[in-house]
Amino acid sequence: MTWNRKDILDIESLTVDEIKSVLDTADGLKEISQRSIKKVPTLRGKTVILFFYEPSTRTRVSFDIAAKRLSADSISISASTSSLVKGETLIDTARNLESMNPDVIVMRHSSAGAPYLLSQKISTPIINAGDGMHAHPTQALLDMMTVREVKKDLNGLRIAIVGDIAHSRVARSNIAGFTKMGAEVRLAGPPTMIPSGIESLGADVTYDFEEAIDGVDVIMMLRIQKERQRSYLFPSEREYAKMYGLNMARLKKAKPDALVMHPGPLNRGVEITQEVADHVNSFILNQVTNGVALRMALLYLVAGGLRNAGDH
Amino acid sequence: MQVIIKGGHVIDPGNIDAVTDITINDGLITDLAKLEPNFFDNKSHDVQVIDAAGCFVVPGLIDMHVHLREPGQEYKESIETGILAAAAGGFTAVCCMPNTNPVNDNRQTTEYIIKTAAQFHSVKVYPVASISQELKGLELSEYGELKDAGAIAVSDDGLPVSDSQLMRRSLEYAKGVGLKVISHCEDPGLSVGDMNEGLTATRMGLAGIPNASESIMVMRDIALCELTGTPVHIAHVSTKESVHAIRDAKLRGVLVTAETAPHYFTLTDEAVRKYNTNSKMNPPLRSIADRDAIRKGLADGTIDVIATDHAPHSVLEKEVEFDKAANGIIGLETSLPLGLKLVEEGVLTFEMLIRKMSKNPSKIIGIPRSVVVGAPADLTIINPTRSHTYDVEKGFSKSKNSPFNGWEFKGMAVYTIVNGRIVFESK
Repeated sequence: MTWNRKDILDIESLTVDEIKSVLDTADGLKEISQRSIKKVPTLRGKTVILFFYEPSTRTRVSFDIAAKRLSADSISISASTSSLVKGETLIDTARNLESMNPDVIVMRHSSAGAPYLLSQKISTPIINAGDGMHAHPTQALLDMMTVREVKKDLNGLRIAIVGDIAHSRVARSNIAGFTKMGAEVRLAGPPTMIPSGIESLGADVTYDFEEAIDGVDVIMMLRIQKERQRSYLFPSEREYAKMYGLNMARLKKAKPDALVMHPGPLNRGVEITQEVADHVNSFILNQVTNGVALRMALLYLVAGGLRNAGDH
Repeated sequence: MQVIIKGGHVIDPGNIDAVTDITINDGLITDLAKLEPNFFDNKSHDVQVIDAAGCFVVPGLIDMHVHLREPGQEYKESIETGILAAAAGGFTAVCCMPNTNPVNDNRQTTEYIIKTAAQFHSVKVYPVASISQELKGLELSEYGELKDAGAIAVSDDGLPVSDSQLMRRSLEYAKGVGLKVISHCEDPGLSVGDMNEGLTATRMGLAGIPNASESIMVMRDIALCELTGTPVHIAHVSTKESVHAIRDAKLRGVLVTAETAPHYFTLTDEAVRKYNTNSKMNPPLRSIADRDAIRKGLADGTIDVIATDHAPHSVLEKEVEFDKAANGIIGLETSLPLGLKLVEEGVLTFEMLIRKMSKNPSKIIGIPRSVVVGAPADLTIINPTRSHTYDVEKGFSKSKNSPFNGWEFKGMAVYTIVNGRIVFESK
């Protein structure tokens, strides 16, 4: 299929065919990262701006490596080094960036909806690398890629997502993505972390961890943020680990070949024990590896690599 | 100077409901009888005749909840532009909230607002002073001094009075001074969020504000109203639970009154979709069930008043990330058309609408509003059938933060008359 979408803002706006197309492209590009010379000229002469208003290591490095392996020039801007700290508005900063003619802006922002605001104001394609608690489409796509690689088909799979659903953009995008591809999604966490109306998005909700992971194909654990303790969401890390941490005994409730996933960074000993994190079923590092391929695919599709492939 | 309003359908609920002429001399209504046709043939040059055929002539509309932003934030609105917008919306009087800079907690600011407004000889402006000094919720403002300077009520609008003892003392002290207390009901611990709590907030990844954030404080203020025997007026009611609490309190005979804003009986939190900051306000737009409960509360008399909470903000505060955007929308020029929509939809009768936009606020804040001989000629003439499209760019407010831009309306104010003077005439 030809790619006609300007921005990647969320999973909801992507069609099933578009998701498949992204995953297929990523599967094909994955091999580049296994070569001794990890570079192809596909995006030579293209400029990718990594506009990270919120701190990020994994996602930013992943996009940076993805851009460089496609020979694009990538420039990284963080909130502390941009004019935003000097009081410039987001729109002004973005218009200035646009004036330097980049081909893609990859954007991470602490405010939900910030990439939408920019997409209405500038014509440069935008890839959302996470906006507040709203969406993290590239994470959901790389998660789908990781599961599909092992299970071949997402349709009919059972996925459990466990933890602070309310504050998780990863959970929101994964619910949208996996349900769209025909999987069944179950959510578990303490009621303080289950947002209002989430079951209307097509996921089942339980407060019982063991019920949630019973017979599932995938267990996706979410990072627990210690500062949430101050908003009374949970009493202590100790109690959280006891009630909602993934340990070996609980892992046995899932299918024997269930994938254990986590968007990182891990809190070993809190939401996931040491043994499970390093277990043979753990695909946490595969997620990171696939993240590069998936982001290469998105940059390639959005920056017009397909159109310009014949130029070389 | 004599003004004759000719042939309008005059409706002043409880006083008059008839097609008649209104004669105005020196700003006062002097006659409410049909004039002989030959009067108009022989009229002298200093008689101004307003043809009101096919229109309703009603007691001048009052908006008892606006933010005029002056002094201090004139880039958003000024007393002058706020008055122009009010007149264009059919309002003959507005009550302006004290969250200016400096806060209206002192004689000088109250007098400044009154003096500035008076020089335009237009819409009457009644300042609301603050409940607490600098809106800090720590000490009472000087109510005696403020009343003497011309304030008609006190409110910390924009912020809740968190300390129940301060709220109690405010009610007690205001009773002695003779000032009305208007309460912004919000529990600050529960209201950490950017929009209504619910599925839309969950989808959008925005922190939600639950209904209880408002109704808890409504219930508290009703309890304090009972404790002190002092009337309290609840500002901008947005939830079904608040409507229920106020309805029950009124049945018990508690001296509580309440207002809602046109956006709460018109829109729901769906309007926030696509991160539209012109639908961001506090309290937030709620669910369909809440909107319907607000309509029911208006219809059965639980909610006494429609007030706009006109809250101008510049693009600097609105063209930003949703969670960083300021709360509030402008409303003076869309309030009457949205109210007329309720009449069209059968929620209210026209007479009930006029009670909620004129008679009831007049009673609550003590500004007389009657179409009777001897009363000041503060009148609004409404053409109930004239269709128009609201274009915010052509509006009179300095700010453009309205979710109703481009809406089609039927019915509008065609003349706004204050003290017998035409302060707005629709072209």
